[in-house]
Amino acid sequence: MIAEAGLALLWLAAALSLLQLVLGWAALRENPILPVREADGEGDRVKRGGGANGLSMPLHQPAAGPPPHGSAAGRTLMNFVRPVAVAQGVLAGLAFLALIQLFLRTDLSVQLVAANSHSAKPWLYKFAGAWGNHEGSMLLWVTVLALAGAAVALFERRLRQDTLIATLAAQAAIGLGFYAFLLFASNPFTRLSPVPVEGNGLNPLLQDPGLAFHPPTLYFGYVGISIAFSFAVGALVTRDVGPAFARAMRPWVLGAWIFLTLGITAGSYWAYYELGWGGWWFWDPVENASLMPWLAATALLHSVTVLATRAGLRAWTIMLAVVAFSMSMIGTFLVRSGILTSVHAFAVDPLRGAFILVLLAFYIGGALILFGLRVRHVKEGAAFEIVSREAALVANNLLLSVVLGLVFVGTLYPLVTQALGHEISVGPPYFNAVAGPVALVLAAMMAIGPMLRWRRDALKALAGRIAIPVLLSAAALLAVVIFAPGIGWLPLFGLAVAPGVAAASVAPLWRRNLRRTPFFIFGMVIAHFGIAVALAGMASESAFTRETLVAARPGQIVGVGPFSVRFLGVTPVAGPNWTAIEAELQARRGGGAPAVLRPQARLFSSPPTPTNEAAIGTWWDGQLYIAIGEEDAEGRWQLRLWWKPFVTLIWLGGGLIALGGLLALIGRLRRERRGHPEEAAA
Amino acid sequence: MKRKNQRLVLLVLAIGAVLGAVLLGMSAMRGQASFFYAPGDVAQKGLPLDRAVRIGGMVRQGSIHRHGDGVTIDFVVRDDTPSTIRVVYRGIAPDLFRENSGVIAEGRFRPDGIFLANEILAKHDENYMPPELQRRGLHKTETLE
Repeated sequence: MIAEAGLALLWLAAALSLLQLVLGWAALRENPILPVREADGEGDRVKRGGGANGLSMPLHQPAAGPPPHGSAAGRTLMNFVRPVAVAQGVLAGLAFLALIQLFLRTDLSVQLVAANSHSAKPWLYKFAGAWGNHEGSMLLWVTVLALAGAAVALFERRLRQDTLIATLAAQAAIGLGFYAFLLFASNPFTRLSPVPVEGNGLNPLLQDPGLAFHPPTLYFGYVGISIAFSFAVGALVTRDVGPAFARAMRPWVLGAWIFLTLGITAGSYWAYYELGWGGWWFWDPVENASLMPWLAATALLHSVTVLATRAGLRAWTIMLAVVAFSMSMIGTFLVRSGILTSVHAFAVDPLRGAFILVLLAFYIGGALILFGLRVRHVKEGAAFEIVSREAALVANNLLLSVVLGLVFVGTLYPLVTQALGHEISVGPPYFNAVAGPVALVLAAMMAIGPMLRWRRDALKALAGRIAIPVLLSAAALLAVVIFAPGIGWLPLFGLAVAPGVAAASVAPLWRRNLRRTPFFIFGMVIAHFGIAVALAGMASESAFTRETLVAARPGQIVGVGPFSVRFLGVTPVAGPNWTAIEAELQARRGGGAPAVLRPQARLFSSPPTPTNEAAIGTWWDGQLYIAIGEEDAEGRWQLRLWWKPFVTLIWLGGGLIALGGLLALIGRLRRERRGHPEEAAA
Repeated sequence: MKRKNQRLVLLVLAIGAVLGAVLLGMSAMRGQASFFYAPGDVAQKGLPLDRAVRIGGMVRQGSIHRHGDGVTIDFVVRDDTPSTIRVVYRGIAPDLFRENSGVIAEGRFRPDGIFLANEILAKHDENYMPPELQRRGLHKTETLE
């Protein structure tokens, strides 16, 4: 019954999504858009205020637009759109809960459960296993999409009424395509007959707490970007691209971006400890698929601030919102079609890829056409000087776009050549060589940007402000060259840039009354500081990692970096649905206390699959990472050991970036509640 | 700067930056794009000795040998042509690496035709078959049955 109920809920949600689109469209037709309104907007005032005080924005924004001018019928229609969006979100959420319930019960009469679950699986993996497969993960995708729309309908109070309606209609339009994909090509609720006695089990590599956290977080980010897209489409439809619109959009972008950051960070750590080869980023197509929306969303986050604060970069911001969600959909396509060779890929059905490709072309193409039709109605922003906060943010956006372009080309170029009958694969050497240097320039620009004033600044004053960070970087460069000669130039410059960026990122707090500093300033400081921390971790890991590969007998001592590791022996152990050989190793550095590490080679029973569980020992200055291989004929065991100095900084940095985003979000929302309008000028 | 010009300048900058990125990317790729080689391709195109490449195919039944040092293995990769590649790899083989299963390795060819792998790509899923191998008509089923 649950499966049928779930399917019915899904159909209902799809119907509501159609209703939402039609209602929105009808309401907007009934209430013709009055372009006059935007001319009254603050954007115009900034324009007129041209050379005068940049803070001449109106102090009080209307909470939402004034009552629509249209007919009573139109207003009635409008009042229906919000509840429909909420109901759609609730129904999709219930359908998803139904699927989880099926997995928790291990209802083997449902094809998806039988193919991906097993009654002896631990509880957590029954639960998370609901999205550890194609259909379930697409249902999660659609659920997040619907919930995002519902959240906008419930909580968005600042957006002009007609723009809000257009936004919800756009969100419904996206939803419709993906409901169709689920219902016609990826139905998660299909019944199976005859009912099998036992399920096939979940891929053991996925039987990890990471599965409970990483995909949902990433999807909240990935699909949350759809809100930015719908906002952009909505504002284009109602010609409402201006600072008030940007202020309404910003928290949503910020929210999605926080999840995206967390999801990527968690995914990187998961791959690091689960795959057993000690890498944290492989430039794999599936990883790039999550990085590309992040790059676009990061650019969007910064350009939307220029639009909100200085009424500039209007068309560009809209474009970025479209690009960001396009990247999410391209990412979904890459992951779900399995069209590129990936270490994270699963066996897939190529037809489904084609379906997503059609949806993708439809939505991106539609948005671009709308953009082309309406871009001349988007007003130009206020002017600014070459040396100014705006200019730095423009540079930030350009550099982010360049990195995005490079990753995009590297990821998709093989597809193009493949279509031309000539195969290439692009690997880490390409990405490191082209994206690395640009990313370092970007980090330097990030250090300078927050020190600049809005509108115009003097180079001389800037030189004084960046003196300390520049000196720090120079000192770091010198120190690394002297004490660690011969490391690659990319890690070398990474290690040099990181301390300067770290110092520069806390500069905005200099001589400020910390108690009166708004939260979003702290957010920016912490996020930028997090970039420096992550950068230092990446550079240190690539420069200083030590590796030892041996076949060792029990009792033997193996050296790796500053550690001497005694291999004590192996014992068989068993888990709920696996057995394993567990090695015991004692690691000691200098005279320090020994730490015991226990890597395992596991054998899962259903499906019978070997997996490697590396053991990781964490010290304040790095991690010792040990994986165990096979036993040879002479009784020796393969051991692979790495000492990775400061590798933890990578994920600590990622966490700080997300925390910074969270503080900024709280700051923005609090400020709004207190009735302050906008002033971010630091 | 006049406002009118500013938009134009920004637009030109943006297009320039993205185009520059694409061109930079393309040229970098010409330099170091690693081609994919299946055993049949090596026979057809000759050994690529000047750069790191990827090879792939099926691990031939009974071909995995351990060396005396305990950490080096060698094995033979085949495809649906008569050609094969002998691969030497130093390291711990990934979990789903086994005989009669698809494999992709990265490394370099020696002049004598032996492939020195520095990495064997891991798989998440035993049914996963990389697209390069699928296009060469290698499927999981043909070898498992």
